[in-house]
Amino acid sequence: MSHKPFHQTGSLVKFYLRTDLFRILIWIFSITVLTLLTGWAFEDLYPSEIERLAIAETMKNPAMTAMVGPGYGLDHYTTGAMMAHQMLLFTAILAAVMTILLTARHTRGDEEDGRSEMIGSLPVGRLAPLTSVLIVIGFSQFLLAIALGTGLSVLGLDTSASFLYGAAVGGTGLFFAGMTALFAQLAESSRGTTGFAFLILGLSYIVRAVGDVSNESLSWFSPLGWTLKTEVYVNNFVTPLLLLIFGSIILTAAAFSLLFKRDLGTGMLPTKPGRRYAPQSLLSPLGLAFRLLRTSIIVWGFALMAIGASYGSVLGDLESFFASNDMLSNMVDPASGLTLTEQFVSMLMAIMSMMAAIPALMFFFKLKSEENKNRTENLYARAVSRQKVFMSYIAVAAIFGSFMMVIATVSLWGASVPVMDDPMSFSTVALSGVVYLPAIWVMIGLGALFTGLKPGITGIAWGYLIYSFLVVYLGGLLQLPEWPGKLSPFGHVPQIPGEEISYLSLLILTVIAAVLIVAGLKFYQSRDLSG
Amino acid sequence: MTILHIDHLSKRFGKFQALNDVSLSIKKGEIFGFIGPNGAGKSTTIRILLGILKPTSGSASIFGLDVWKESVEIHKRIAYVPGDANLWPNLTGGEVIDLFLKLRGSYNPQNKQELIEKFQLDPTKKCRTYSKGNRQKVALVAAFASDAELFILDEPTSGLDPLMERVFQECVLKAKAEGKSVLLSSHILSEVERLCDRVAIIRQGEIIESGSLDDMRHLTRTNLIVETIEPLNGIRGIHGVHEVKETEKGTSLQVDTEALNEVIKKVSTLGIIRLESTPPTLEDLFMRHYEGTGSDSR
Ligand SMILES: Nc1ncnc2c1ncn2[C@@H]1O[C@H](COP(=O)(O)OP(=O)(O)O)[C@@H](O)[C@H]1O
Ligand SMILES: [Mg+2]
Repeated sequence: MSHKPFHQTGSLVKFYLRTDLFRILIWIFSITVLTLLTGWAFEDLYPSEIERLAIAETMKNPAMTAMVGPGYGLDHYTTGAMMAHQMLLFTAILAAVMTILLTARHTRGDEEDGRSEMIGSLPVGRLAPLTSVLIVIGFSQFLLAIALGTGLSVLGLDTSASFLYGAAVGGTGLFFAGMTALFAQLAESSRGTTGFAFLILGLSYIVRAVGDVSNESLSWFSPLGWTLKTEVYVNNFVTPLLLLIFGSIILTAAAFSLLFKRDLGTGMLPTKPGRRYAPQSLLSPLGLAFRLLRTSIIVWGFALMAIGASYGSVLGDLESFFASNDMLSNMVDPASGLTLTEQFVSMLMAIMSMMAAIPALMFFFKLKSEENKNRTENLYARAVSRQKVFMSYIAVAAIFGSFMMVIATVSLWGASVPVMDDPMSFSTVALSGVVYLPAIWVMIGLGALFTGLKPGITGIAWGYLIYSFLVVYLGGLLQLPEWPGKLSPFGHVPQIPGEEISYLSLLILTVIAAVLIVAGLKFYQSRDLSG
Repeated sequence: MTILHIDHLSKRFGKFQALNDVSLSIKKGEIFGFIGPNGAGKSTTIRILLGILKPTSGSASIFGLDVWKESVEIHKRIAYVPGDANLWPNLTGGEVIDLFLKLRGSYNPQNKQELIEKFQLDPTKKCRTYSKGNRQKVALVAAFASDAELFILDEPTSGLDPLMERVFQECVLKAKAEGKSVLLSSHILSEVERLCDRVAIIRQGEIIESGSLDDMRHLTRTNLIVETIEPLNGIRGIHGVHEVKETEKGTSLQVDTEALNEVIKKVSTLGIIRLESTPPTLEDLFMRHYEGTGSDSR
């Protein structure tokens, strides 16, 4: 058998194709549709040169560059250039996620679950499984590239550039497939494998972000930097694409040489043993709640920071942008005597507060999902009262939900200062954000009430948040009457700058939140728990 | 001294009557077996005792305190092991054990260490990687390392291998030796037979039998295998003889305890070649109850 390491590769390819074809097609379909919808929306939103140049102006800032990459061809911002600037990186990351998950699943994943052992007991070559997995994944990236290239050409973009766009996405996928294959040899578990691969993906993003903002040559150290260096639709460089493909070949070769040497089931990177004892900080219901939500808090923190920064970064060019876009200028009231930017800020605060309400609710609903997974009985079978657990989750939701709003507000201000000719004062921006906190607390209160009454009906809280979003956001846009907005807590927040701050309405919102929480607790204390 | 008392307890889930008029009590220092098939209502009873479910009617108390109203006070003095420990995938076994012990109250770290070794648990692994048996061990270590006065164990050995089950039984007997009380819900009858002083049998939400194992054996039948020189005629006619079958080894039959004397007298007149008797097991008792009313899972 060792003489024919690739024996039976062909049959294994068919086998993997059969098991994964559907999954692969779903991925390709979703990525392609998302790309084409965006392309189509760009054409629709910015039909004329003037509008495209206006949006290009808003893109010229470090926050945008860090997030989506440097814009090429900003002075001739065609739909193609827009796609390459605003979508390519994001799409390439999706392709990388796709190949990381698929590769890990059939390499270390199969090994961990004993499927490799079964395949290995058949007359197949030692390298045949990995080879066939990579062939299938290579094929999937080829299909993805073709689908994107064809779709974008059909949208009316330059054909050869469209195929380069597809190839840059597929090439990124290939690179991370090779990376994952390598880590599958090094790590000892399938989680470890995906963990390391995602870590490299994250680092690539950060290195590229820092490089794009401060030092272009640094971006050459990131595979995602290479993806963007193709400068598709503007300069159409092929060399970076070759780098991606060449890199994936080297990584794959390294994976094969390690696979040839090691025993099945072993890894080369040692798995670090976990803690033998709990840290003091874990040993209470509050500590546990925080620990369970820690990762989620960090991720949401970064997300809200990015959202705040991206809103802030466009404030500089807002006046000129508004002039060119009827849809947005309808949303603000010219009679108020405020600048468009100032009016727009309080609108942004409303949107960001509803976004911050999402993690706030999710943090609280962790209590419900713990109950559904029969894990709250671990606490209640011990000397822990329902009130203590319930209030621990309220505390985490209220503190970190508020934190999300604060972080979004601060980063909005931080990103707006360098881009505005006449920067807004921190205290104005901070106040216009902070006044939304009581509305977020009301949402938590509603979540608490439903969790107390019946965990099955908590969906109503989400429905109410969506309603709030529609009436407050679209209400401005569509010039709806006032009353639908008044049915939402977010419609009762004074809009600063512009309106007088109304302490009374803030106090009333806070009291409502407190009453809802207390009522939720009372119901929670008197009902059966499912586990 | 009664440590746990259940008084005419009923529980409905909507229209479904999960428990119907359940009464029992456990004395200090005894191991009480709570047996019944799946879905009989063992876990429901235990969850009421833990204050997780609210009784529809009736009441229960532990240490003289109401289980619903004073659950926190009670829980400082009890330890609980569920049949299927649901742990947090991201925490290690060691972290969970510490958390459980801390949330309950006081414990002896020395004991904890010994138990981890006895159960051969690797506490540095994340719970995600544990098998069902290993998750069970985490719950058992946390329970037996505590200084609880009452242990409430709900099918605690499901998923444990026989070796570990032995370790578990030692732990229960040690607790008993220290004067602690145990409520052991189980459907592993050998375990209950080995450990329990008294048992209650629950079926479809009702207690159908309770008492000491010795008491219950009076209610059971002895299994006999008899081979005689003369044919065993007429034995079927005796009141209290059941399930007479011809086997290779001889005639096998079951005899009610009250009829035993008469059967032996009769058999001895026929010239005994061989006579084997096996004592009634809890299993027989159990099976008889299910067969008797027929409709259940078996
Ligand atoms: N929360 C609940 N809602 C509805 N029915 C339940 C609930 N919990 C338990 N039951 C039902 O009550 C019966 C008793 O269940 P349980 O006490 O778990 O049995 P056991 O532990 O003896 O196997 C089962 O028929 C079960 O389906
Ligand atoms: Mg049960």
